[in-house]
Amino acid sequence: MISAEPILSVTHVSKQFDVSAPWLNRVLERKPKLFVNAVNDISFSIPRGSCLSIVGESGCGKSTVARLVTGLNSASSGEIRFGRGSGGRPVRVQMIFQDPHSSLNPRWRVGDIIAEPIREMKLRATEAETHQRVEELLHTVGLAADDMRKYAHEFSGGQRQRISIARALASEPELLVCDEPTSALDVSVQAQILNLMRRLQEEFGLTYLFISHDLSVVRHMSDTIAVMYLGRIVEMAPAEALFRAPQHPYSRLLLGTIPDIHAPRRDRALQAGEPPSPLNPPTGCTFHPRCPIATEHCKRIVPDLQTRAGAQVACLNL
Amino acid sequence: MTDIHASVTARRDKPKGRLERLRDSDLWWSFSRSRSAVGAAIALGLVILTALFAPLLSPQNPYDLAALELWNAELPPVWMEGGQMPYVLGTDVQGRDILSGILYGTRVSVFIGIASVLVSLGVGVLAGLTAGFFGGWVDNVLMRVGDVLLSIPIILVAILVSSVAQALLPPHLREAGISVVLVLAIAMYSWVQYARVVRAQTMVERRKEYVQASRLVGTPARRLMLKHILPNTLTPVFVTATLNFGLAILIEATLSFLGVGMPPNQPSLGTLIRVGNQYLFSGSWWIVLFPSIQLCILVVAVNMLGDWLRDALNPKLR
Repeated sequence: MISAEPILSVTHVSKQFDVSAPWLNRVLERKPKLFVNAVNDISFSIPRGSCLSIVGESGCGKSTVARLVTGLNSASSGEIRFGRGSGGRPVRVQMIFQDPHSSLNPRWRVGDIIAEPIREMKLRATEAETHQRVEELLHTVGLAADDMRKYAHEFSGGQRQRISIARALASEPELLVCDEPTSALDVSVQAQILNLMRRLQEEFGLTYLFISHDLSVVRHMSDTIAVMYLGRIVEMAPAEALFRAPQHPYSRLLLGTIPDIHAPRRDRALQAGEPPSPLNPPTGCTFHPRCPIATEHCKRIVPDLQTRAGAQVACLNL
Repeated sequence: MTDIHASVTARRDKPKGRLERLRDSDLWWSFSRSRSAVGAAIALGLVILTALFAPLLSPQNPYDLAALELWNAELPPVWMEGGQMPYVLGTDVQGRDILSGILYGTRVSVFIGIASVLVSLGVGVLAGLTAGFFGGWVDNVLMRVGDVLLSIPIILVAILVSSVAQALLPPHLREAGISVVLVLAIAMYSWVQYARVVRAQTMVERRKEYVQASRLVGTPARRLMLKHILPNTLTPVFVTATLNFGLAILIEATLSFLGVGMPPNQPSLGTLIRVGNQYLFSGSWWIVLFPSIQLCILVVAVNMLGDWLRDALNPKLR
């Protein structure tokens, strides 16, 4: 399924958010304007039919990447380009959200929620066809056709996430952006949803951009993994390579936090410190205050991604 | 065993009618358990029904000057010496039956109350939705206009508006126009409250993921506001509307009492009280007392219902 032409290529994309106080306060209190660099000069591309995952701690900008790709926010600089979609039309992008409680309108029936993209984008000519399509979608995600008449609050978290997936599929997308789709769910339900998503990927040839902070979830899903730290990609590697031999000190630190069933009492490296505030990031390599192998010049020079042993790593000391 | 199961699913699957759903709801339960709410609803129902059917119930048409006979002027209520049927609550100085006056007057008061609530609700909800959804300068302009309007005492505004309107309107429109002017004067003041409530709720809702999911399929802003956000902001609007209904009736009564409201030939409760007030010291207390009692019952009942609704819909008080 994986073809050479990428379905999405992101080149040197940055996003700044203006978090300044209102104008009057700024003038009265003589404060400067404040910006957060949520995403800083990142580049990646996703081949058709594959899954790229972005992992990182909260606040590292991974959700911002999702919002930039879907167009909910526009990038401050850089380019986000989509490949050609099937039948010559532009690639359709849909998103699956983290919180299954707020991602479904509580006043709408499930049938209307799933039918919304179909009606909005005029994908079916008649109401009867729309109805039929909604039934089909409910079956695809493992729900009953009867569920159409119910409201979202009548479902469990996992079922709601299935409804979310059905809604995303309704517009016949080729690229699905999943922003932590399982982090609000129980572990057993997580596995069901992930398996459903993999099945759908095979069935419809979907491409995923998968955002998560949970490495075990990511391992299950992805072909390629990008590790983000404070708005930058610090390592990007094929999934198995990253898990087998993480190179960047931050990737090693992240992987070191996963409990290992074969060595439950293994000596785990303690997480050194917390991520610094993106409002006031460290100079040079932003990871240097927490890095075990940092040296003097890490405080001055911002490392670029370099190809090294089949992966791309941004570190000066490897 | 299977029987029980079948009956349970049958009950669950049967679509319920609106009435049945209402009787099942938390709101109905809380209503039927609140004595003050039931009492207020009964009182309000009686007042409004008798006002609606005033032409059938009242012994006299108070608007029909030919029906008035001066020798029946200032008759006391029937239970006092000199009182006579059918003038149960006595008559005023022109021989007008007090009970008929009250029933017709309540009609005028309730009409103006409902109309001003509808107008201010419409304007306020639209303004609040727009301000909350778009933010920025739209928000600033709309809400500052509201702030300015609220900073002027309402009675002053209403007096100004209705006296200017009375001077400007051609004489043949003056009588019909005065109630419209009153409604607009009251609405001009009270829309701000709806706007504030809806704006706050809109700012919460528009960030929610269901709105963003809908945005992703290209739903235009107007439909996002009206179909997604508006239904989720209506609960506090109902409470505001109920409480404002009582307030609108009071404002109208005040204006009529001050002589800038409804004219004596189509009196509201306020007009009746103003006219009656002049005869209080000549001993004809019934002319002013009974309309006042009716006004009290009406406003207290509305406010009690509003208070109950506010508590019943507040999830923190359940």
